[in-house]
Amino acid sequence: MSTRLSQGGRLIDRSAQQGFSFNGKRLKGYAGDTLASALLANDQMLMGRSFKYHRPRGVIASGAEEPNALMNLGAEGKFEPNARATTTPLFDGLEAASQNHFPSLEFDVGALNTHLSRFLPAGFYYKMFIHPRPFWKHIYEPFIRQSAGLGKAPKARDVDTYEHFYAFCDVLIIGGGIAGLQAAKVAADAGLEVMLVEQDPHWGGRAPVDGTGIDGKPAQDWIDTTVAALGDMPNVTLRARCMGAGVYDHGYVLCYERLTDHAPKAAGPRHRLWRVRAKQVVTATGAIERPLSFAGNDIPGVMLAGAVRDYVVNYGVSIGDRTVVVTNNDDAYRTAIALKEAGLEVPAIIDARTGGAGALGDQAKALGIRVETGKAIAKVKGGKRVTGVGICAQAGEGSILEEIACDCVTMSGGWSPVVHLWSHCGGKLIWDDALAMFRPDGDRAPTSHDGNPFVITAGAANGALSDVLADATAQAAEVVSRCGGKTDAAAPTEANTAENAIEPIWLMPQGAAHKLRSKSWLDFQNDVKVSDVQLAAQEGFESVEHAKRYTTLGMATDQGKTSNINGLAILSKELGVDIPQVGTTTFRPPYTPISMGAIAGEARHEIFQPLRKTPMHDWHDANGAHWEPVGHWRRPYCFLRGDETPEKAVHREVLNTREKLGLLDASTLGKIIVKGPDAGKFLDMMYTNMMSNLKPGRCRYGLMCSENGFLSDDGVVARISDDTWLCHTTSGGADRIHAHMEEWLQTEWWDWKVYTANVTEQYAQVAVVGPNARKVLEKLGGMDVSADALSFMGWADGTIGGFDVRVYRISFSGELSYEIAVPANQGRAFWDALLEAGEEFGVMPYGTEALHIMRAEKGFIMIGDETDGTVIPQDLNLHWAISKKKDDFLGKRAQMRSHMADPNRWKLVGLETTDGSVLPDGAYAVGEGTNANGQRNMIGRVTSTYHSPTLGKGIAMGLVHHGPDRMGEVLDFPRVDGTVVKAKIVDPVFYDKEGAKQNV
Amino acid sequence: MSERDFDGLARIEQVTGLGMISVRGTLTDAGFQAAVVAATGVSVPDRGTVSTGAGRTVAWMSSDEILVVCAEADAKGIVDALNAGLAGTHHMVTDVSDARAVFRISGGAARDVLAKVCPVDLRPNMFKAGQFRRTRMAQVACAFWAEDETAFSLIGFRSVQDYIWDVLTTVASRDAPVDHFAS
Repeated sequence: MSTRLSQGGRLIDRSAQQGFSFNGKRLKGYAGDTLASALLANDQMLMGRSFKYHRPRGVIASGAEEPNALMNLGAEGKFEPNARATTTPLFDGLEAASQNHFPSLEFDVGALNTHLSRFLPAGFYYKMFIHPRPFWKHIYEPFIRQSAGLGKAPKARDVDTYEHFYAFCDVLIIGGGIAGLQAAKVAADAGLEVMLVEQDPHWGGRAPVDGTGIDGKPAQDWIDTTVAALGDMPNVTLRARCMGAGVYDHGYVLCYERLTDHAPKAAGPRHRLWRVRAKQVVTATGAIERPLSFAGNDIPGVMLAGAVRDYVVNYGVSIGDRTVVVTNNDDAYRTAIALKEAGLEVPAIIDARTGGAGALGDQAKALGIRVETGKAIAKVKGGKRVTGVGICAQAGEGSILEEIACDCVTMSGGWSPVVHLWSHCGGKLIWDDALAMFRPDGDRAPTSHDGNPFVITAGAANGALSDVLADATAQAAEVVSRCGGKTDAAAPTEANTAENAIEPIWLMPQGAAHKLRSKSWLDFQNDVKVSDVQLAAQEGFESVEHAKRYTTLGMATDQGKTSNINGLAILSKELGVDIPQVGTTTFRPPYTPISMGAIAGEARHEIFQPLRKTPMHDWHDANGAHWEPVGHWRRPYCFLRGDETPEKAVHREVLNTREKLGLLDASTLGKIIVKGPDAGKFLDMMYTNMMSNLKPGRCRYGLMCSENGFLSDDGVVARISDDTWLCHTTSGGADRIHAHMEEWLQTEWWDWKVYTANVTEQYAQVAVVGPNARKVLEKLGGMDVSADALSFMGWADGTIGGFDVRVYRISFSGELSYEIAVPANQGRAFWDALLEAGEEFGVMPYGTEALHIMRAEKGFIMIGDETDGTVIPQDLNLHWAISKKKDDFLGKRAQMRSHMADPNRWKLVGLETTDGSVLPDGAYAVGEGTNANGQRNMIGRVTSTYHSPTLGKGIAMGLVHHGPDRMGEVLDFPRVDGTVVKAKIVDPVFYDKEGAKQNV
Repeated sequence: MSERDFDGLARIEQVTGLGMISVRGTLTDAGFQAAVVAATGVSVPDRGTVSTGAGRTVAWMSSDEILVVCAEADAKGIVDALNAGLAGTHHMVTDVSDARAVFRISGGAARDVLAKVCPVDLRPNMFKAGQFRRTRMAQVACAFWAEDETAFSLIGFRSVQDYIWDVLTTVASRDAPVDHFAS
């Protein structure tokens, strides 16, 4: 059984006991434990079930590479799935639950799959669920979806907060092991600004566990000294619990700082996402140990050699009294020695190499450990935990020579440098035959904007499994020189034991029969075995990327950190090619999953998105506004009174405006000033109609098209002075049209003397609309707003009620209407003044829906309703607004293309239902016959549809094939429920066609 | 004048009573420079900086645009003076006083607060007093300059002033220290 030893554990504080629960069971650990070490200390070897076969699984690693020990953490707003127990810091009150089992972790029905594994080979889902076709949608997919996924999706809203931070430095060093520390010291001593991040809470990495000596002392002494020295330097930033997550173009790096995961009751953000720009990036990310592939290597109690050493040395945790070590390299001997020194038994070291180990082998033998060379594990015995191993010759096929009883099997297939961050932005790898590893190719580094390398890698991550400090010093010196500095730093003396060479062992024993291969796991989380990769190769999946997707190797939440190299080695052997020819799959950020909260940062709740508010926003909010989003603005759709429905409110607002007086907050309308000697020429290019001949004091409605001819925006243009125009845009279009203007001015007509300014927010604008509009303005007084002084489509500056105003006599409703702009800071006061003065004239504010209905009654188009990016002005019968006199304007040439000039384009008409009902929005009119897909032919569609309170019936606009030529014809519009609405083609102007009401 | 204030990692204030004038023209032109000095009492700033004097700040917005920040009451007079001084040249003077909202972020952690929401190199040796930057603040456009080592003025659009206020006061929470920029 796994247990806590009475002594040892350099990272735990035995005086600080922490209570936690696992699947509801109350357990105890110590401060400094990870969830994994604390579970092991409580003999909880079984930590989860695998994804496909639901096999019982224990922890195999001690860090970020862990594939098995995934937990649901916390509850409610603190719930998080798929947390790795090995990187989850223990805290008092932690609640963890295992995943992917039913009904319980100990007894799981899904484990039946393991007995069916013969029938669930690689590509099973692809092969099984493809026929019959209809079964996919109705039977297979729902079934697979139900059984898919390890953790549960959180249901409650996350109660934690998150934030971002933008940092800049000369050198960002990722990884705070001895390589990272040394690199930081060298770079900082050379005067560079250095940021050093480490994913773990402590510095120094594996060196203290591995017993490395530095400058004649234990590694920990050097680590403490170096961290203290770096901490004192003003040009150094140290961040522990901060993982380098991704390296991107031009020295951009994301780092993921876990601020309160170890103390969830602490105030403040849980995670902080660092968005770093560094001139140079050093990845000192260490290495990850590889499992060995032998039968039963997934049984709880089979673990990586380095991890077993970590648990003993760091946490004082023993996996079992008797540990068998199996290896192809010398490093695993360190585990045997550490266990022996902790008073535990090591019945045997099974070394697949015939030559065995060097000095470490002698040391092990001196401690009385039996060493078997040229041997392998034929199979592991046990179910939910290891009970023993069968030993065989590595060169053979797996005949068991001897069985050894044990509680733990610790394996080492060698170490793979963590090349992920090196590779994210294009760093290439080379296969090192001697070390049996892919390591970064320093000659093919990720390059920055200037073509020079911006990433370098140091220490074990660079393949330097020994002489780490010498490598780190050399790499740091290169970085210093790339940053234009100088260093003559020397590496501290590192005591290294000479080791015998690793021997690549990809399958154990080398001639293992299918029965053994089909129990030799490569990917523990996704249940991919040696036999699955071999089958994929036999079926023709030769590319590593294809084999990966076919078998799901490396596609789990651990992204194959322990499995990819082993898998592609098996693939290369099966294909009869060398490992480098197979290559690796692509390394993509993030290195390990980061929280969605960290990505969102502060953007949540009220500040999830910017909300644009007009100067009258608060009045609307306090007076029943039923809000609707328009771009980032919120505009009142209508103003609810009492228990009115929105429909009723809209009805009331339309009738009141038509009969008395309505006020519309039109502040969101875009306002762009265009000024300069060439402003007229410029506007003639931007608009389809002529703007240069507009007289100062007058307004003109204009259309803007893209260079492809499609209608893009519309609005009223006012000529302010000889060289100045003011262009109104749609509410959503202000920024876009301003950018559109600037783009043409800056890229195409850079020599035209034109300046633009977006002054949308400088003004509050109020539309005063209705038969009483003039009366209320005259009551407030200050300027002549009579028809003679200010005629339709004119504008004038003046004062009204003491406010500085600019009044435009324009109408989007068909009523007598003044749109009045005041400086934004006076907007609310002006609004209040209009409401007060308008009281006697029956004033009511109205919202966007009343605005829409009134414009539709008048047959005015709306950008976004009548247009959708495929509509040209000619489709909307707006020929009158397209100048024939101008040589050119944006869209002119495009509109002459054959398809644009095609008389068969659908054109705008009015539509009136024969029964007075409202046509469904977006409904299609159907014609005779069917198209090539067997669907009814379409001959038109509805673009706007409303109930008109003014006319007491449904009105609509739509685009119809040969529409204007078919006045009076009745079309069929099928509804979703299968019934049909009939509507007659009519003139789109339903109300006051001659414009008498607006021109008074 | 300050409309609202907040004390956290930094002091956040919304400043009111300011006038702002956008001026476009040929910044390198001697006549333009003379007109700006005559109208504001402050010279045209170098790229990426502000020039200050007489309670006014002139900020470099782009190679053909500056922004004059003055007392609200002075704005109209400066607009008229600029238009007069620049008459006959291609220029544009726009009063944008009402279109903007101004915030002041000050205190030892002011740089930390800004660095949470602005992608700007705020290292004290890289962003010094008098430097000016147009950038974004979280999800909206903004511009700011350093008045001194620990005080910044930030300009945003008026429609999103509540958003800016909420973001600044959220990230300036005392619970969220970063201590990145030594003060």
